[in-house]
Amino acid sequence: MSAFDCVIVGGGIVGAALADVLSADGVSVALVEARSIGAGTTACGMGHLVAMDDNAAELALTSWSVSLWRELADGLPRAVEYDACGTLWLAADDEEMAAVSAKVANYRAAGVRAEVLDSAALHEAEPALAPGLVGALRVVDDAVLYPPLAARTFALRAQARGARLMTGCPVRELRSGSVVISNGEVLTARHIVLAAGVASPTLCPGLPISPRKGHLLITRRGAPVVHHQLVELGYLKSAHGTDGASVAFNAQPRVTGQLLLGSSRQPGDATREVDAALLERMLKRAAMFLPGLDGLQALRVWTGLRPATPDGLPLLGPHPEKPWLWLACGHEGLGITTATGSARLVADQLLGRTSPIDARPYSPARFLAVSSREVAHA
Amino acid sequence: MREPASKATPLVTLRINGRAVTVPVGTSVAAALAMTDRFVSRADLSGRPRGPLCGMGVCFECRATIDGVPEVLMCLTPCREDQEVVTDA
Ligand SMILES: Cc1cc2nc3c(=O)[nH]c(=O)nc-3n(C[C@H](O)[C@H](O)[C@H](O)COP(=O)(O)OP(=O)(O)OC[C@H]3O[C@@H](n4cnc5c(N)ncnc54)[C@H](O)[C@@H]3O)c2cc1C
Ligand code: FES
Repeated sequence: MSAFDCVIVGGGIVGAALADVLSADGVSVALVEARSIGAGTTACGMGHLVAMDDNAAELALTSWSVSLWRELADGLPRAVEYDACGTLWLAADDEEMAAVSAKVANYRAAGVRAEVLDSAALHEAEPALAPGLVGALRVVDDAVLYPPLAARTFALRAQARGARLMTGCPVRELRSGSVVISNGEVLTARHIVLAAGVASPTLCPGLPISPRKGHLLITRRGAPVVHHQLVELGYLKSAHGTDGASVAFNAQPRVTGQLLLGSSRQPGDATREVDAALLERMLKRAAMFLPGLDGLQALRVWTGLRPATPDGLPLLGPHPEKPWLWLACGHEGLGITTATGSARLVADQLLGRTSPIDARPYSPARFLAVSSREVAHA
Repeated sequence: MREPASKATPLVTLRINGRAVTVPVGTSVAAALAMTDRFVSRADLSGRPRGPLCGMGVCFECRATIDGVPEVLMCLTPCREDQEVVTDA
């Protein structure tokens, strides 16, 4: 038995970022990962660090998180491939262009730098795009990176400060004050944080997290040159549909000269197989926006499972019925972006500090009713 | 009809970046590359060398131009007589 202030279960980007923040605060931490650091959904993600403004809580967490990434950027190893390329949200018609004006105001009110590009400015910025697009919203401070190595960087920084990194150690059970590993080892801890992504409900039944599958494709080097992460504004319509599979155009330039193309959404699908028909839909959509893709070869295609909650916001905070258990899971398609802010919010709550943003919208209590027995004792 | 197995392993000679390499039949081109003095198949954008990693067609680090065909995986390609292999082409 070994005693820690905090045992974090799950070494994805979220658990690793938390280990980094807590260890920097002098907290004794163990980070317990079933496979290797970043091997879960984190290894499957696109790595876009994006301020998103669908609702106030999402904008608060994403914009703060992107700014935390910017503070970290200079200290990240080259291999993390941090690239502050910004985002262009592409408007295909006047209706989408009208949405751009509303979004600009929204972003600026939150302190996020945003600009409107008309059709001419857009084609000057990105000559590889198909003609006919009406304009775009440019979010200047967004970035992309390579998620699994970002997670590894966090974990190694924590380890250098004395945190115990345990990989290849699936956790079998969470108990009040301890974590049982499948080899029988028991780690005791004052606080336990569940950061197991889409697998979190297996260790804590009843969590409102379900898989939302996505496909990605990376091209060979020599792809059409693009300078920003490109996303169609129609993405917002498809990303938030709750029923049926959807695709939307999303392309990232990588510092390797490759292009990373997404993305699809299949709510409730927990399989990992590539769906050829859906991939074809996704690529046809991409070729509509980037005609130069035709004839380019793919290097790899893969899928990943986003850990989705019913309202699209993560679960960050104490489990209402288990005061010893903290949740840091359910980040859906924004976990790479919000890992930095999520880690700070959970660490601040654990250490009894106030955070720069209000943590309440992410409180697990919004879904997990407290049993009557505990209410009576509250 | 199979020939009876002879004791001496038959050899083939190929050229990797213009240099002749002689290896037993059945050797992969990636393994032949490993026998040269430079186990490098390509370079990243800043020119840093990269080499075959997985040996089983997964990592795509062993891409080379083989007999004029670009982007062939060396680890999945058997050596043949008179084969021309050009790395990082
Ligand atoms: C196709 C796709 C594209 C995406 N694009 C983006 C993007 O551009 N930007 C963005 O911000 N986000 C993106 N995401 C979302 C992002 O990848 C996730 O939100 C994020 O990776 C979640 O991180 P996590 O640490 O919560 O989960 P994970 O990375 O899944 O980490 C959880 C870890 O827990 C471990 N684990 C599970 N069970 C146990 C156990 N019993 N014991 C010990 N360990 C266990 C797993 O092995 C895993 O390593 C994308 C996702 C997908 C699928
Ligand atoms: S060595 Fe990995 S694909 Fe050939």
